[in-house]
This record gives sequence, structure tokens and C-alpha cells, in this order.
Amino acid sequence: MNQREKEEYLREYAVLKAQGKPFFPYIIVKDGVMMIVVIGTIMLLSLLLGGELTAKADATTTTYAPRPEWYYFWAFELLRVVKPPYLVGLATVGIPTISILLLILLPFYDRNPERHPLRRPIATTTGIFLIGAMFFLSYLGAEAGAPSRIELGPPPAIQEADQATQTKWDLGRKLVAQSSCGGCHKIGENGNDGPGPPLTEIGDRLKEGAIRETLINPTAPMPSFADLGADQIDKMAFFLSSLKSGGEDEGASATGAEGGGAESEGGSAPSKAP
Amino acid sequence: MAKLKLLPSLPVGLRAPTRPGDPVEKKGPIGHAQDAGIHAVDWVDERTSLSGTMRWVMFRPIPKGTNWFYTLGTATMVAFINQVITGIVLGMYYEPSATRAYESMKYINNEVFLGEFVHGMHRWGSTVMVVLIFLHMARTFFFGAYKYPRELNWVIGVVLLVLTMLMSVTGYLLPFDQRAYWASVVAMNIAGNAPIVGPFTPDIALGGPDVTTLTLSRFYLIHMMIIPGALIGLIGAHLYLVIKLGTTAPPWVRADKVSAGLKEHQE
Ligand code: HEM
Repeated sequence: MNQREKEEYLREYAVLKAQGKPFFPYIIVKDGVMMIVVIGTIMLLSLLLGGELTAKADATTTTYAPRPEWYYFWAFELLRVVKPPYLVGLATVGIPTISILLLILLPFYDRNPERHPLRRPIATTTGIFLIGAMFFLSYLGAEAGAPSRIELGPPPAIQEADQATQTKWDLGRKLVAQSSCGGCHKIGENGNDGPGPPLTEIGDRLKEGAIRETLINPTAPMPSFADLGADQIDKMAFFLSSLKSGGEDEGASATGAEGGGAESEGGSAPSKAP
Repeated sequence: MAKLKLLPSLPVGLRAPTRPGDPVEKKGPIGHAQDAGIHAVDWVDERTSLSGTMRWVMFRPIPKGTNWFYTLGTATMVAFINQVITGIVLGMYYEPSATRAYESMKYINNEVFLGEFVHGMHRWGSTVMVVLIFLHMARTFFFGAYKYPRELNWVIGVVLLVLTMLMSVTGYLLPFDQRAYWASVVAMNIAGNAPIVGPFTPDIALGGPDVTTLTLSRFYLIHMMIIPGALIGLIGAHLYLVIKLGTTAPPWVRADKVSAGLKEHQE
């Protein structure tokens, strides 16, 4: 805005103000009504939904699948879209920093003196697009990728194998999902990225035997799964060792294994022994 | 020249104030008692000149066309005040330690009179505040209210938004239940991934590699002192600028071409 435009605006605004009404008592009535509506809504929500707590925090449970507040779903979904590990760090800081900077600086790069939303097509379209994108990402975040599920299809080697192998693979997949490895590991699209390393391509790094060893005798924060029994651990290790970078992972008949219902809210309910 | 009417007539029931030179009427003790309130206000006003500020705030002209969208800022403020009040009540019982936090929240829910109601109001009030702050921001965006001369108020607004989001992150851990604990672990892992500052975040925010009592007291301090203090100060600045600059008229409302008030100057 140049000096002329500024003065034009101030003049127009002075007239609009002169034609307006004093805040008290004409405008304050609306604000008062709004105040009552807001407090009423909060009280109603509190009465309906209460302040229930989940189980006490327990650093040793493996079955809890954490979710952020729903209004953060879009941000988490955005982070999940970023795949290559070397970009993740940049994205976690980069995306929020850039968005905040773009927001703060808005009045400085949008120098169009026009204020009517229909006569600022770029700003208005961008705004509507961003709101739409946030709703869409929130929806995706709410829908997909619960850490108690694994939505990977069998790699080609398994697809070609006999029926027994395929069943074993699928049982392993369900076991891994139910044991909430996803609470700490990212597996394909599902699971939380950390504290543990992603397992999507674990087969590249560890042989089946080594994985079995880790499940029984893990390093510090990870709990031992020894009490699942040798048979179950065999299946899990078999499934995990099949996850390789070359394999066509996502696709085919991926239906998604559901973890035991206890995970999502119930907290510490032990689902280790199916 | 037509007689100018300087003041609107007083509502029924109010007496016009006495002025110097008016005949002094004799008052009984009841009359004096009735005047006590006025005298007290007078006494304060004589030493602060607050009445001028009050007039500036309450009787400021609001441009024509102002509609319900303009109440969203007030609505956000009310949600914030709700958080402050319910937060103070919760703070009377809450203990920020890994061993006691969960129990104290349980105690609030189950034993304290209306405890779960207040806890619920704080929990859901945060959601309401986040929704309202986004709506308020969308309103100022689409109305072009961030343009000259209100750029600074937009900048303050964005800082308020960031602080509000940080409030919800730090508050999420405090009940120290499973949801709180694991969500914070994940949040810290994300922050720890960051380049440069990443490796230091857990040490600063958590007080060590894990979520412990130290983490709780740090989050508690951030959640109930540092950020609220900043929020209160910045909301004050935000509102000062709103009053100083005046609120916008909706962009589709135009001033009448030649208004009665301006005619005089053209003659
Ligand atoms: C704690 C949060 C906030 C509070 C309590 C608050 C409060 C208010 C109030 C009461 C007004 C008066 C007009 C109205 O209600 O629309 C206002 C105006 C304004 N706010 Fe906020 N606000 C907050 C956050 C924000 C945010 C996040 C932004 C934008 C990023 C923002 C930008 C503005 C602007 C530009 C105006 C001037 C609007 C006009 O003159 O039409 N505010 N705010």
C-alpha cells in the first residue's frame, strides 16, 4: 500500500466509524451473547464427555497406542507423508517453521490494498485451499495408520510360496500388530516413528534368527516378548524378516490386521497372550 | 442556527448530576449513604482518571455493518479466561510429580466437589479455544483485517496462536495417564528429530532422556506460568491495538458517498 492508498483507507474508515454506533451498549450485547454461548458449550461438553483418565502412565507397557489431540492430526499426517529418513528431521522443523513464518509475514508480502474476499482471488483461493487441505489431512490422520494395525501386503516371495507359508506370514503380521510394536516402531504406513527404529525394511538388516533373538532379549527400553512362546515368536520373526526394501510391499490384497480391541483406550490391558 | 443537542437524554430513573452553582439541597443521612458509592468512585477517579479510559473503551465508535463474525475474538478470550479459572482450581489439588500426578487427578475427579466437572471444562475448554482461535484467524484473514494499519495485530495474533498450541502440548502430559505419557514420548521424538536443536530438546524439555518427574515439573511450569504469562501480556497488547485502531468494517460495507458529517466541510 502506498501513501495515497493508506490515506484513502483511513478517510473511508473515519466515515464508516462516524456512521457506526458506540460499542456500549449496541455492540457489547452481541459479545455478551457470544460469551454465554461459549461458556455454555464448554459446560455442556464437560457434562457430556467428562474428564476421564486412561490408566496410569506405565513406561513398560507395550500395548498402548498413543494419539495426539484430534486438532493435531493434520500435522502428524503431514509428517507421515514424508518418507526418506534424511528428510524427516528437516520436515519436523521445516514445515512448522515455514508455516509460522508465512503466517507472520502475511501482511508484509500481501500488499494488495483490496480487502473484499472476492476481489482478492489469490488470497481467498489459497485460504480456502489450506482450510480444505487441513480438513482432508485431519480426516486421513483420523482414519488411517492406527499403530495397532499393519497394512502391508505380502512381498512377492511370499505371494508365490505355498499356502502354509502365506498363512504363517499373515499370522506373524497379526501378532506383530497385536503386540503393539507400532507403539514404538514405524511399520509401513502404520506405527509411530520412534522411539524404536522403523521396521519397514528390517529384513535388509537382520536375519530371522537375529530378530528372534531381539524379541526375546531386547536392548533397554524395548520389552521382552519371551512369554509369547517360541511358536508365536517364530511367526513374528518370520514376518519381520520378510520385510525388505526390494519387495513390493504396499499393494495386492492388503486388508490390514486389527490389533486386539483393548489397545486403543484401555491402556495397560495385556494382550500379549492371544 | 439550529439548537445543538449535545447529550442524549438520560434514561428514566437517573438524576442529572449536580453541577457547581446548582442550589444545594439538604440531604439526610440516607441521602449521604446513597452518595457513598459515587464518592468512592469519584475518589478513585480523581487519582487515576480511569473514567476517561473507560469512556475510551466502552463508548468507542464501532463502524456500521459489524456482524456476528466480530464476536469470535471475544469468544476466544472467554475460552481463555475459562482455562485460567478452571486451571487455578485444578492447580489447588494437582501435584506435578510422576508418582503423585495421576493420583491427584483421580482425586480431583472422584473426591473433589464438582472436580470432574471443572476438569472436564478445562479439558474441553482447550479444544473450544483452539477451534475458536482458528475461526477468529480465518475471519480476520478473509475480511482482510490484517492489512494497514492492523499488521502488527496480526503478528501478535500469530504468536498467540503458537503459544496456544504449545499450551495444549504441555498440558496433555500433566494428568500422566497412558494417553498423556505416550503422546508426549512421541511428541518428544518428533522434536528430537529436528536438525541442530533436535538433540538438545529432550535434555531441556524432559530434563533427561526419558519422561520423568523432572519433565512433569518443567511442563507444569511452562503450562501454568511461562506461557500463560506471555499469553496474558500479548492478549493485553492485542486488545489495546484493537481499541486504539478500531475494528474493521466488513469489506463489502462502503461509506455513503457524501455523509452528513462531511458535508459541513465542503461548503
Ligand atoms: C488468544 C487469542 C486471541 C484473542 C483473545 C483475540 C482477541 C481479539 C479480539 C477481542 C478482537 C476484536 C475484534 C474481533 O473480535 O474480531 C481481535 C481482533 C483481531 N485479531 Fe485477535 N485474538 C486472538 C488471536 C488472534 C490470532 C491468532 C490472529 C491472527 C493470526 C488475530 C488477529 C486479529 C486481527 C487482525 C484483529 C483485528 C480485526 C479487525 O479489526 O477487524 N487474533 N482479537
